[in-house]
Amino acid sequence: MAGDVKTKLSKNLLRMKFMQRGLDSQTKKQLEEEEKKIISEEHWYLDLPDLKEKESFIIEERSFMPCEDLLYGRMSFKGFNPEIEKLMIQMNSKCKEKEIEVDEKMEADVSDEEMARRYETLVGTIGKKFMRKRDQRVLQDEDEDGSSSIRPSKKAKKKFLKPQD
Amino acid sequence: AGGVYWVDSQQKRYVPVKGDHVIGIVTAKAGDVFKLDVGGSEQASLSYLAFEGATKRNRPNVQVGDLIYGQFLVANKDMEPEMVCIDSSGRSTGMGIIGQDGFLFKVSLGLIRKLLAPKCEIIQELSQLYPFELVLGMNGRIWVKAKTVQQTLIIVNILEACEYMTAEQRKQALAKLSGN
Repeated sequence: MAGDVKTKLSKNLLRMKFMQRGLDSQTKKQLEEEEKKIISEEHWYLDLPDLKEKESFIIEERSFMPCEDLLYGRMSFKGFNPEIEKLMIQMNSKCKEKEIEVDEKMEADVSDEEMARRYETLVGTIGKKFMRKRDQRVLQDEDEDGSSSIRPSKKAKKKFLKPQD
Repeated sequence: AGGVYWVDSQQKRYVPVKGDHVIGIVTAKAGDVFKLDVGGSEQASLSYLAFEGATKRNRPNVQVGDLIYGQFLVANKDMEPEMVCIDSSGRSTGMGIIGQDGFLFKVSLGLIRKLLAPKCEIIQELSQLYPFELVLGMNGRIWVKAKTVQQTLIIVNILEACEYMTAEQRKQALAKLSGN
């Protein structure tokens, strides 16, 4: 049956998957578009002008908190519960920012001068830890020189003493 | 705040609102969830994980009858209200189990709002009397704790009476007390 005339295949047959594999992408796209057209034409729609949605500028809020700027509900007075007193300052400063400045200054337990003094001595004491033994002895000498001056004879380097016959 | 309008009315019955901090009483422990009575039409649920530092192994020590200060996570008319004792960043900021002792009583919602106003005279005057601790729930519940039972009861009576007393009467009452 050498076909000059190709047997006409029905549309449904052509839509089947195994027939589509042979097609190239363009014809596939065309077929898809035609399908979509048919489907969308079947859908019903209202041919009315678009109603504009009324924009409501009203936001409904059910809580009272933002209305009257209420404080935080947990409170403590006269130092009954110091943690809560700290919390009170923290929470209520979210409304008023004056407190934050005060807090920054209140943090230092030790004044700046004291810190500087401590650091001076600290550097010395920790530095000693890492010194070599020779340097340690030298340091010791310096310290003791200040207090008493009886030592110089012992400090002379010990020379090799020849054994006497 | 610009353009905020609200209707201020006297109410005794509380309606759960999202974000409100309230005092709840634990009525039941059902597995992983506690049931709290907050004075609304329904009981609120509170998960044991909604506390600071709580994990599956590290459970908070909550018993039936305990007082809890927390805020509503979910509160609408269609669902059961849910509470948490932790804020959005995971810190407790004072919420959680309210300690031992102290006294819990109920007042009208309008009074709570008055007491929570930024410069409340009642609170300022009371704070001059003696050291005490106070927790105010938006559901009309107040918890007070002072050093002695007598002091606690005095504060309770003043707060309850503030509903009806005028400012003058209140100042008189406080003057008598501090005179004692």
